[in-house]
Amino acid sequence: MAYSNKVIDHYENPRNVGAFAKDDPTVATGMVGAPACGDVMKLQIKVNEQGIIEDAKFKTYGCGSAIASSSLVTEWVKGKSLDEAAQIKNTDIAQELALPPVKIHCSILAEDAIKAAIADYKQRHGS
Amino acid sequence: MKLPIYLDYAATTPVDPRVAEKMMQYLTMDGDFGNPASRSHRFGWQAEEAIEVARSQIADLINADPREIVFTSGATESNNLAIKGAAQFYHKKGKHLITLRTEHKAVLDTMRALEREGFEVTYLDVEANGLLDLEKFKAALRPDTTVVSVMMVNNEIGVVQDVAAIGELCRANGTIFHVDSAQAAGKVDIDLQALKIDLMSFSAHKIYGPKGIGALYVRRKPRIRLEAQTHGGGHERGMRSGTLPTHQIVAMGEAFRIAKLEMAEENQRFATLRQRLWDGIKDIEQVFLNGDATHRVAGITNISFNYVEGESLIMALKDIAVSSGSACTSASLEPSYVLRALGLSDELAHSSIRFSIGRFTTEEQIDHTIKIVHEAIAKLREMSPLWDMYKDGIDLNTVAWVAH
Repeated sequence: MAYSNKVIDHYENPRNVGAFAKDDPTVATGMVGAPACGDVMKLQIKVNEQGIIEDAKFKTYGCGSAIASSSLVTEWVKGKSLDEAAQIKNTDIAQELALPPVKIHCSILAEDAIKAAIADYKQRHGS
Repeated sequence: MKLPIYLDYAATTPVDPRVAEKMMQYLTMDGDFGNPASRSHRFGWQAEEAIEVARSQIADLINADPREIVFTSGATESNNLAIKGAAQFYHKKGKHLITLRTEHKAVLDTMRALEREGFEVTYLDVEANGLLDLEKFKAALRPDTTVVSVMMVNNEIGVVQDVAAIGELCRANGTIFHVDSAQAAGKVDIDLQALKIDLMSFSAHKIYGPKGIGALYVRRKPRIRLEAQTHGGGHERGMRSGTLPTHQIVAMGEAFRIAKLEMAEENQRFATLRQRLWDGIKDIEQVFLNGDATHRVAGITNISFNYVEGESLIMALKDIAVSSGSACTSASLEPSYVLRALGLSDELAHSSIRFSIGRFTTEEQIDHTIKIVHEAIAKLREMSPLWDMYKDGIDLNTVAWVAH
């Protein structure tokens, strides 16, 4: 299967790979997917007092498109408020990376990861 | 070193230059281009003669009679002709067929087609090492079992089934035994005088011949009869009509001739290379060799790399041409059904790579492959949340995953 140049770029030079300290109260984590399905994404966001995502990191088990999708969203969520980040749609991700139809689920998973991280933050901060 | 390195010989092989040279002599006006079925002139006679030489070369490798060789377009067609042809011809004797879950799609899908015609098919499981348990096979044989199909060498994991023992059981039961030998010819000894095998499929492009040509061995004593699947001019004793492609057949003959000459030495070389590859990889944490460690061909090594995903691994190994399982199914996102049949979890099956070495593989290529694999696994595990969890001692089976 031929990948787009953007997928290859994100795959070969993934942005923001890593993890934040688990006990940091400003950090929230979203983990979506399942090993049996071939992809698991863990997205972590670091949110400041103004409710802005200051930093993001990811780890992904999955195909090149899954890795590229998660790498891309770490770039996109940075500097956004939680509400703005929640507006990121899988179609935007798929379009940006020129994902083929069989890889659309990777972009859906990335959107789910953002939502899961935001939900985790809100739950921890009782809002 | 030229990149990428080709390590996908089980998918297809390059044509051996000696074979290509031979093949080119049967195409143009200067060559023997005639229709081998033309009886009225030299062009036809010469083409026919070349085909009979090739037929003998193929029969020689497997210790068969040249009259037992029927040319087809490849192993897929041979499998179709053998299984459908025998099942349909002998349908009055019974309508029960047996095969394995780990067979090639060309066998499994043929069986599915026969089920739609009213045949009953038993798909036997294999053991965790990929081999068939003969006791389970014996228990599955019935008086109305007319055809059994078991591959000699598995295309994904390279294990060699005990076709000698299976053949004895089939013969004793009056059952026709078909063996798919696409991956076996030229890699393991095949003696059809000794083996109780009735039908055997071959492909040229797996043993340095061209694509688009194959053969079916059809036993004469005792005589096996088949319902033709391709009707027409009655070529190949009515079993497979269609003008014989002289250049492809001559090339297949040459490929089989070379295989007979060089097989023993080649297998030793492959075994050394395979060991070198495995020795270079086995010390990585959480890697597993799939399939039986001894009953296997030297050319195919299937390895699972836990906590990395197969497709991203193939991307990371972009300088090495390998596959995650069979090329015929690599377009789908499903994990390999062969590895699943061995009892591997979906995720391990997703994380598996088939390295297949062949005639033009060098030590230098293997060493470079080992280096790239180490780098790729390190990079992907660094990125893998599953690897972190494993390192933290979390049992992934206890995590409530959300399937999607």
